[in-house]
Amino acid sequence: MATARFFRARRRALAVVLALGTAPATVAAQHSPATIFAAASLTEAFRAIAAAYHNGHPFERVNFNFAGSQQLVLQLTEGAKGDLLATADPQWMREAQARGLIDGDPVPFVRNLLVVIVPRANRAGLHGLEDLARPGVKVVLGDQAVPVGRYSRELLDGLAARGGLGANYAKQVMANVVSLEDNVKGVVSKVELGEADAGIVYRSDAQGAAAPALGQIEIPDSLNIAALYPIALLKGGDNPDLARSFLAYILSPAGQEILERFGFERLPAGSGAASRPATKP
Amino acid sequence: MKPGLGTLGLRLLTGLCLGLLAVLLLLPVIALILRVPSGELFTRLGDPIVRQALVLSLEASLSATVIVILLGLPAAYLLATRDFPGKRVVEVLADLPMVLPPTVSGLALLLAFGRVGLLGHSLGLLGISLPFTTAAVVVAQAFMAAPFFLAPVRAGFAAVESRYREVAATLGASERYTFFHVLLPLSWRALVAGTAMSAARALGEFGATITFAGNLPGVTQTMPLAVYLELQNDLEAAVALSVLLLCVSFGLLLALRSARLGARFL
Repeated sequence: MATARFFRARRRALAVVLALGTAPATVAAQHSPATIFAAASLTEAFRAIAAAYHNGHPFERVNFNFAGSQQLVLQLTEGAKGDLLATADPQWMREAQARGLIDGDPVPFVRNLLVVIVPRANRAGLHGLEDLARPGVKVVLGDQAVPVGRYSRELLDGLAARGGLGANYAKQVMANVVSLEDNVKGVVSKVELGEADAGIVYRSDAQGAAAPALGQIEIPDSLNIAALYPIALLKGGDNPDLARSFLAYILSPAGQEILERFGFERLPAGSGAASRPATKP
Repeated sequence: MKPGLGTLGLRLLTGLCLGLLAVLLLLPVIALILRVPSGELFTRLGDPIVRQALVLSLEASLSATVIVILLGLPAAYLLATRDFPGKRVVEVLADLPMVLPPTVSGLALLLAFGRVGLLGHSLGLLGISLPFTTAAVVVAQAFMAAPFFLAPVRAGFAAVESRYREVAATLGASERYTFFHVLLPLSWRALVAGTAMSAARALGEFGATITFAGNLPGVTQTMPLAVYLELQNDLEAAVALSVLLLCVSFGLLLALRSARLGARFL
């Protein structure tokens, strides 16, 4: 502790000296970067946000650790260090809170709707949600251990109950499932390669790098499931000030605009708790 | 005096290396085992999903190993006994799957044998679609395991002095007779080692399997896949499953190593 304080004090003194005498870039080198643990589905959007943020704060450095939400929480539990945590569902954020990893309260910052993707060639000829239930169609979903897999099941159950696709719809689609992937990118790549006929992923994934190889089947908003993404400060981070400032940027109109560009949706005003149908019935 | 001291120093150094190696190789495994409450393993064995994954793992890895042996023996023999232009290149090619990250191997398999892969159309005409089937698990495992059989067996064959083969030939033995009655018995150690290593690699295969074959309980979900997915949910359960996989693998490999297949049967 004492040594750490000594070094911090020395670093501050050094920074002052350098700020007086030399180019500011040298001062920046003295800041420790902030490390952001973020759900894999945020990869492209967060990189773009960091680039934009960097333009306004050229001396701040942000590092990322992208992985499945559950994996992030596991890494943090086992001692990994970070400044911010953004998960793809509130459940894993609650888990992180329960494990005492979170500083303060998590805030939801964006949401992601589901979409059905098909290979561009679409040789199975799938055009509507009802086609997923056709026998012989190869469907790939996320495993229920990962958020997208849970949401997909919720979606199918909802479509069966309220979508006018028949009470057996969910069961029929589940019977067509040929693989339960360990993360959403696995679903995308199996469809992108044309090995599967259809998959259920986040809209942001369908608009990512794979977009040119994919076709989409839209899900009516009233029946869609919104994955709510919460973000929170982590205890014991290296650079809590930078983390706070980056978090504020994500929540700002500029940050939100970037997220929208990558297929995410702004939160409707006054929204709060866990995943729920996009518009309440 | 001097040699004595030297020997002592060497012994100490050897001891140190052994100790460090034990820490490196055994401690993580021991840590894993210590994490599992006693009795937990039997509880897990009662779970049908776990039993299913375990049985599938054993079936697939045994099939993959048999395929690797059948396809690998002639290749190892030729590489050990023949010289031809480009032999080095072939040897390195045979090692490549060891270097590739497993998920990349899975992707390569999809691009080759997948529905829209290079061979996919031809396979499709035969009514065969590999991805998402148990056969795909076997193919992925065989792809990953083959180098672990080829390398030691090739070396084993090459270590048998060519003199023995020549003598057998002058005594009128055919090449086939020499292979089965001279070469195989003399290199059984390498055969057993190669078989055990490729079986172990097949059993533990994860990345190529989930990429090429997917993950569906009862069809393509092997133990490593079950462990990995459990890890997303429940760390303790994942550790218990890993230890279960370790125990089964340990038993299997020990049996293989003590079988002395070569000497008895050939």
